[in-house]
Order: sequence, then structure tokens, then C-alpha cells
Amino acid sequence: MASLATLVQGGGQTAVEGGHFEPFFPGLVVLLPLLGFLANGFLALQHARASADAVRGGAELDLGDPSSRPATHTLPTWIGPGVMAVAFLITLVNFTRMLGAHLDEPVILHYWTWIATGTFTVDAALQLDQLSMIMMMVITGVGTLIHVFSVGYMKDDPGYPRYFAYLNLFVFFMLVLVMGSSYALMFVGWEGVGLCSYLLIGYWFSDREKADAGKKAFIVNRIGDVGFLIAMFLLFKNFGSVDFVPVFHDAETLVYGGGLVTAITLFFFVGAIGKSAQMPLYVWLPDAMAGPTPVSALIHAATMVTAGVYLVARSSVLFALAPLSSAVVAGIGVITALFAATIALKQNDIKKVLAYSTVSQLGYMFVGVGVGAYAAGVFHLMTHAFFKALLFMGSGAVIHSMHEAYHATHNHEDPQDMRNMGGLKAFMPITWVTMWIATLAIAGIWPFAGFFSKDEIIWYAGAWAGAENAPYPQLYTVYWILALAAAMLTAFYMTRMMVMTFHGANRTGDEESKHLHEAPPVMWVPLAVLAVLSVFGGWINVPEALSSGWAGLGGILPMGEWLHHWLEPITAQAHHIQEANLGTYSYYAPFGGGEALWAAISTVAAGLVVLVSIRLVGGRTVVPVKDDAAEMSGFAKVLYNKYYVDEFYDRVIVQPILRASRFCWKVIDAGIIDGVVNAVGWGSKGIGWVVSMFQTGTVNTYAFILTVGVLFVLGASLF
Amino acid sequence: MITEALVLSAILFVIGTFGVLVRRNAIIMFLCIELQLNAVNLSFVAFSRVFGIDGQIFVFFVMTVAAAEAAVGLAIIISIFRHYETVNVDSFNLLKW
Repeated sequence: MASLATLVQGGGQTAVEGGHFEPFFPGLVVLLPLLGFLANGFLALQHARASADAVRGGAELDLGDPSSRPATHTLPTWIGPGVMAVAFLITLVNFTRMLGAHLDEPVILHYWTWIATGTFTVDAALQLDQLSMIMMMVITGVGTLIHVFSVGYMKDDPGYPRYFAYLNLFVFFMLVLVMGSSYALMFVGWEGVGLCSYLLIGYWFSDREKADAGKKAFIVNRIGDVGFLIAMFLLFKNFGSVDFVPVFHDAETLVYGGGLVTAITLFFFVGAIGKSAQMPLYVWLPDAMAGPTPVSALIHAATMVTAGVYLVARSSVLFALAPLSSAVVAGIGVITALFAATIALKQNDIKKVLAYSTVSQLGYMFVGVGVGAYAAGVFHLMTHAFFKALLFMGSGAVIHSMHEAYHATHNHEDPQDMRNMGGLKAFMPITWVTMWIATLAIAGIWPFAGFFSKDEIIWYAGAWAGAENAPYPQLYTVYWILALAAAMLTAFYMTRMMVMTFHGANRTGDEESKHLHEAPPVMWVPLAVLAVLSVFGGWINVPEALSSGWAGLGGILPMGEWLHHWLEPITAQAHHIQEANLGTYSYYAPFGGGEALWAAISTVAAGLVVLVSIRLVGGRTVVPVKDDAAEMSGFAKVLYNKYYVDEFYDRVIVQPILRASRFCWKVIDAGIIDGVVNAVGWGSKGIGWVVSMFQTGTVNTYAFILTVGVLFVLGASLF
Repeated sequence: MITEALVLSAILFVIGTFGVLVRRNAIIMFLCIELQLNAVNLSFVAFSRVFGIDGQIFVFFVMTVAAAEAAVGLAIIISIFRHYETVNVDSFNLLKW
């Protein structure tokens, strides 16, 4: 077991340079979720076998009574969140140790050689640096909270152990994605999280629609993955390696803005578009809401979908060398942010609103990394993980409560439709308060986390437009305006969601509303923790201009530019390239005004939008779904139908592919190929039938044919 | 001299062939095959007068094989007769399409 010891210890050579960072069992962080997956997976198989036996015996496994639940159902409660909590604690130790050390170079932990062919080698190695550490903290930290929440949310589900097995496996792959020391290893995690996403979206696979949603997510992601692969091939062809350290070192030799680096970064971005649900490949994310709500919180809000942002931030050196690619990244980001925000205005399914909101916020992150503010992009990634996980889990608590109310009264209404909610604050006060905190955070209201992260992104978009040698200044001015507009829309649709869900009169039904209840502690405690993070999480990266100004109450509040400095070793090279080619940022918005002024304007505007939408939506009478026969018209109908994008894809891509497939099947396969094969078969059979007529079984016939044959041969040889 | 021998050999061979083709009695067909073999033997011997001793050596081989063949063939015919109580070749025609 010596190899296992080195595995968790991080054996091999540990290139500790420029500091005294001593890794603390970093391998265990990755290994623990994998062990959790194996244990839970084993239990899930046992559980499935036991249920099948029970069904064969004519009985049903009774999960209703908590005391009589089998061990296969109760053990994952401890294993699933348990491994996550331990992994988080180990990450925390590593994090505090890295805080103490000044780390200029990443720490690479080699375990074994994974691929060795000729000149190309890929090691199974983990990379510990400031960026992967932040990602690990978010994944294990938020992941632990979501695992705990899942215990309450999924406790009555018959597939409980399978659920935790998938969830643990997801965390394992996600950690591989962010901790791998090469693009190849990152791709392993990249594909692994895609697989887990598919498994968890289609978790209730007996429902056709949900199974299809899983397939859609997987297929759309594959389109992006092709881009990732091509980019990786280009890297290998030009650098002979796909490890981060040598690639970024050799990237200095590339021509600034050259075709090669532009191609590489654009192909990487195609991968990011798929994984992070950007235009035009965002369509899978809203459908992914078919999965259990904690899954939406973990995979489709906090972690997996941010992998694209991580990819761009990790490749910051390459993107800094390609101004065109960066403009495309920011452009796609801002268009997606605005587009998805407008769709969210008209959705009635609480999870769909949050799904489009996630797409929109991911767009912001891409704006951040697209305008060279890599720290700001990662910052928004982090704060978004806090408040969006909180929003999703809060909506999960609401859906849980609504579902039980409808279940108890045998009502078949949709528990996710906000038109059936209303006035829930009386029934679920904790959920109400925590979700309002997250809503104010995402809306960009001071002093909540989202205000600082989103504002920084918008600010950099504007500042980039005024940089000395900005490549496309007018374009970035447009980005800046669109980003501001999308921020206002965010404030509106989130407030609309909160008002429709929690305020006004209750529309659930008189009998049903008696069954509405607050979530149990196992569910609301994670909400409360995330609520605290959603308030204070933004204070770790406040620029000097704000923290010493009004936003920090003149320096009274404990704010600082910590994250910016923390990520400096990662972004330094990219910033160096930017400054050499673009000059410094203008530090003025396109229409004048400094950072503090525009931050004040945006938060006041967002606050006004929140207040106005409370009046607007609160003043409107919403009727329950069953009574709702309102016909929409004009642009509202277009928004309600999500710009008909799914219908468009169906018409332009899916149907032609189906038709082509049917042609290949009916005409080419069944017609030509099967026809040829069958003709050969029938032909052989026919010839065989003719020839078999000579086999009469009569000796004399054979003798006669023999004689004739001999005479024929003799005659032929004579003449 | 050799011409007469070859003519005789040819006549015997044709008689043998004819017998194999038209007779239905397995024993008779067998005898006719022997006749064919011996017709060939005759021509071998005749040719050995012109071309040397090789033809006669070959005759010994043919006779050896013919003896072995006769043993096996007759055994088969007896076996068939025990089964069908006849040696008419039209009666056993099961081995066909």
C-alpha cells in the first residue's frame, strides 16, 4: 500500500518554490469523493437488488416510515456529506497554509505518468495554486452545503443512495477539472462532469421528458467539447505539450494577436460556450432543471457551468495574446447576459427563472474574463456560487413544501409554477429572508456580494473601452451599456420572482395551504450559511476607490482587494501582456466618471428597479395556473416562448438531422446495403439449388457425368 | 504387335466403361471397374516393350491398389446387401440434395 500512501501524501517530487507551502494531503481531497462514490454506488446496487426482490415478492420497500428504512437508505446520509465535509476541511488546511506562504510558482504534485507516447507525455499530476485553491474552496465548501441540503430534500426518494453516488462522482470529476495540471487532465474532469450532469438531469429517468433533457444536455455539450479537443491538438502541435506550466511559458513566443493563438483561444471558447451554456449553446441549461433541485444548485449554478470561466481564466495568458478572441468572449458574454435576462422576465416556472438567470450571470463572468479582468470573472464566479446556490436551494425548499402540500391533498397542480404560489413568506419565513438576501445580492444592491463582483465586471468593460490602445473601443462601449442594461433586467426579474412566490395572497388553495411548512433544519441551515456568504462574500475584493469611499463607509467596513492580490501570480503574466500591448486602463467610464460614481449610480438604479418592480408585480393580480387563460401577445409572447430558439433549432438542426438519418436508415441502410447483402444471399442460394440438382444420389449418374467429363477433358487436350 | 495390344486394351476399357454406365448390379459394376483397370494394365505392359521396364512396375502398383480396392469394395457391398437385401444401385440413393 506504499503507492496509496504516496498518492494521498502527494509523493513524487514536489516543486515547492518561492515559498514554504507544504501541501496537506491534497490527493485526499480528490480521493475522498471518489471513495464516497464507490461506497454509495455499492449501496445503491445493493438497494436496487433489495427493492427488486421486494417487488418480486409482491411487496414494496416501505420508505415512508423513517425507522424501518434499510441501511442502504440511511448510510449514504452519512457517507455522502461526510466525505465532502472532510474534503472541505483538508482544503481549508491547504488554503490557510497557502495564505501563509507566498507562492509565485504553482505546486505540481506528480503521481504517475498517465500517457507516454514518443515525445508526448501527460502526467497524472495535480496543480495547486491560487486559482485552483479558490475553485477547490468553492466546490468543496458550497458542495458540502448542498450535500447536506440534499439529505433533507431527497430523503423520501427511492433512489437516494444512487443520488449520492452520482453527486460524489460529480465532485470528484469537478475537482479533477480544476486541480489537473494539464489540459488533458482538465478534459478528463470536463467530460466526467458532463457525464454526471447527464446522469443527474435524467435522475428520474422513468419520466421520458427528463431522460430527454439529460440527453439534450449531453449532446449539446459534446458540440462544445469538439472545440476543446481541437484547441488541445493545436497546443500539442505547436508546443509539444498540454501541461499548463510549459504551455504558458512558451506562449510568450507567440505573435500577439496572431492567427494561431486566436484559433486556439476561439476553439477553447467553443468548449466553454457548451459547458457554460452561452449563446448559442445555452439551450440545454433551462432543460437541465428536470433534475433534482440540489443538483441544479450544485452543477447547473455553482460549479460545473462555471468550468468555462475557469478555463478562460486558467488560459488567461493565451486569451491576453488574442484581443480578437477576448472581444468575442466578452461579446458572447454580454449578448447572453442580456438575452437570457429578457427571457427570464416572462417565465413562470421558478426554476426556469433561475436557470435563465444563471445563463445571464455566466454571461457576466465571460464579460469579465473577456475584458482582461480575470480576477473579476473568478470573483463573480465565487459570489455567484454563493447566492445562486442559495436561490436554487431556497426554490428547492419552496418546491419541497409545495410538493408535499399537493401530495397530501392529491392535487396534480405544478408545484414549481409561481402562479400557484404567492404569500409563502407566512409559511416559510427563513427561506423568505435568505432568498431575499440572495436576490438583493444578484440584483447588485450594496453591500451584498453580487454588487461588488458584478460592478467590477461592468466597470472593467467600460475601462477597457478607454484603454490607451484599446482594440475596439466603440465595441467595448456597447458592451458596457448592454451589461448595465442586463443588470437592471436582473433586478427586475429576480424581484418579480420573489414577489410572485412569497408576497401577495396565497394561490395554492385553501386546503393545500394548510400543508405548507418551513423547511427542516437540515435544509435551512445551509441556506443560512450561504446567506451570510452572500452578504459578506463580496467584501474580499473591493477596489481601493470603493472601500475607502462611500461603499466601505469611508473605510469603516472590513473590505479589501484581497482576491485581486491573491490571484496576482496567476494573472500577472496576462496583465503584463495586456499592458505591453494595450497600455493601461483609462480608469474612467466611457462617459466620464470614476469607479465610485458609477458604482453608486448602478446600485441606486438597481435599487429603484427593485422597488418599482415590487410595486408593478405586487400590484398585478396573478391567478393560479388552473384559472389562467390569459392570452399573451406581441413581444411578451415572444419572451414567454424564449424567442422560439428551441423551435428554431428543432426546425433548422434537429429535423434535418432526423430526416437525413431516416434517409440513411430507410434508403441507404435498409434499401441499398441490406438489398445488396440479401441479393448475394438469394443469389448463392439459387445457384446452389441449380447445382444441387446434379446430386441425384444415383451412382450411375455420377459415373456418366464422370465419363463425359473425362471425355471432354481429353477432347479438349487433343484439339 | 503393339497396335493390336492397344486396340484390345481400348476395346476392354470401353466394355468396362459401358458396363459401369449401364448395369445396375453393384457386383457387375465392380467387375467392370476391374476390367477397366486391367485394360489400362494391358496398355502399360504393351508400352513397356517400347519405353522400358517402368510400365511393368506401374502395373504392379495398380494390381496392389486394385486388390486393396476389391477388399474394401466387396466389404462395402456385403454390408449394403445385409442392410437392403439387394445390390441394385438404384435402391440406395439417399445421399442427395
